[in-house]
Amino acid sequence: MVLYSEEQIFNLEEISRKLRIRSLEMIYKRGAGHPGGSLSAADIIASLYFYKMKIDPGNPFMENRDRFILSKGHASAVLYAALAMKGYFPEDDLDNWGQLSCHLQGHPDRNKTPGVDMNTGTLGHGINIAAGMLLGGRLKKINFKVYVLLGDGECQGGIIWEGAMTAAKYKLGNLVAILDYNRVQLDGFVKDIMPLEPIVEKWKSFNFEVFQIDGHNIRQILEALDGADNIHGKPVMIIAKTVKGKGVSFMENNCYWHGTAPNKDQLETAKKELLERNKK
Amino acid sequence: MTYDKRKIESVREGYGKALALYGKLNDKVVVLDADVSNSTLTKYFAEEFPERFFNVGIAEAGMIDTAVGLALEGFIPFANAFASLICYRALEQIRTCVSYCNTNVKIAAGYSGISDYKDGPTHHSIFDLAIMRSMPDMTVLVPADSVEAGMMVKAAAELNGPVYLRLSRADMPVIFDYRHKVKIGRGVTLVEGEDLTICCMGTLLGNCLDAAEKLRSSGIYAGVIEISTLKPFDSKIIVDTAIRTGAMVTVEEHNIIGGLYSAVSECLINNNISIPVGPVGIKDHYACTSLNIDDLYEYMGLSVEDIINISKKVIRKKRK
Repeated sequence: MVLYSEEQIFNLEEISRKLRIRSLEMIYKRGAGHPGGSLSAADIIASLYFYKMKIDPGNPFMENRDRFILSKGHASAVLYAALAMKGYFPEDDLDNWGQLSCHLQGHPDRNKTPGVDMNTGTLGHGINIAAGMLLGGRLKKINFKVYVLLGDGECQGGIIWEGAMTAAKYKLGNLVAILDYNRVQLDGFVKDIMPLEPIVEKWKSFNFEVFQIDGHNIRQILEALDGADNIHGKPVMIIAKTVKGKGVSFMENNCYWHGTAPNKDQLETAKKELLERNKK
Repeated sequence: MTYDKRKIESVREGYGKALALYGKLNDKVVVLDADVSNSTLTKYFAEEFPERFFNVGIAEAGMIDTAVGLALEGFIPFANAFASLICYRALEQIRTCVSYCNTNVKIAAGYSGISDYKDGPTHHSIFDLAIMRSMPDMTVLVPADSVEAGMMVKAAAELNGPVYLRLSRADMPVIFDYRHKVKIGRGVTLVEGEDLTICCMGTLLGNCLDAAEKLRSSGIYAGVIEISTLKPFDSKIIVDTAIRTGAMVTVEEHNIIGGLYSAVSECLINNNISIPVGPVGIKDHYACTSLNIDDLYEYMGLSVEDIINISKKVIRKKRK
């Protein structure tokens, strides 16, 4: 068991908080984006980019780097905020998101934005592409991990399960999928639109090693990400229970905030809440 | 140009054998198939290079994305399935992850057009080229025979970028031999003409040569050109032959909407050339099942006689 210091946890919580605030500022400024799913994914993104992944912002295509695919590409705001904070491009670029001259697209684009490993935005691509990357890594005899962040609504589409079968067939132990299980999608609650339960059993039956965690508890996220390193010969699925719109009371668990930008007042209220919320 | 009418070869055999052969020369080539390797004939590659062959089951959409992942790691994936599935079922994956992302994936679409005559319309692809041709950065290749299909493996692999390679299931006349050179983006003149130009894309090339020969016996000198790259389109050969002969017939195993007829018409309009153009192709309706390919070609208006009739029609229009 790896022990994590209080300071380490605190620092990651601070990063998550900044990512949340920056995401909302970006979405406000652009007048468009997906706040709910950006806020639910912030702790996972912080843990990946500021703890777990072997990456080098100065060398975004380093061959043995860990790869990340934001399969739920709508949460681009939180990814862009993390990439900027990490140093892949200037933080000022975030303020130009969506402008014609800006490299930051509505959804991630690897040909335009440094640090993005794959274009996403339409759903369902992550696991299949990760499987291809890992088959390639195996042929090249290069060892790296591919982390894939999935949305729950995304798992309603069949192609996810095509990828799951491929990853399991080829025993891709370096595939670590994380489900941002915030239980809310554009039209309402996942359980009403198209239920996913029993989700743990589904992934287990597709021959994944399944971890279940609180997706807002940094310590649990780190334990799962490190625990995944000990799994060999089968892909990993970390089912992270999260809250859509986490950290902003009026956005939490409300599908209205799936894809709505806050106005000035709402942004200020949200930032105040996020700044006050030092500890969960 | 003459060809040996008795020499008939399987186009997919030409492709499958060439893929296995090219695999020896280029270890970056990897092959994916969706449970049809015995039909697409990627089985030859699979037998030679099992570690570079991935059968993902009947999951064309997932297969395209997995191919994309391999391409991102520097490999040259050939993703194989029937055109009717790889083009239509995996279209969003092709759009987003191959075309938009501009990844080095080769989409090998077997059993294309109406060549899977036994299975019928569910297994036909009569508007795949209309879709693929309108996709940015996609190179669209349509070989005419087994020889060209084989040569296109190397041509596609050595082109950096997305390719849609449309392959027939049928056993078709062999037009070309080893001296033929495939140049992507360049049409080929097989017969010089005076009265009209028959412009062919794909495996109906034998029919076109036969039609030209018969027209000659009735005093009509028809040229025959082959367009094996639908995109990027060789405007020069169209403009040159249109100006020289003043009439054109397009021949394709595809809907007349969106394929060769459209590409030729667009080219002529863009170059302010006004000549009669007649289409031999599928007239915007689904085909049906058949006991053999020749009956189906005839039924669908793709026979030698159809090419002759349309040729005479455009010549009459030209003389008015």
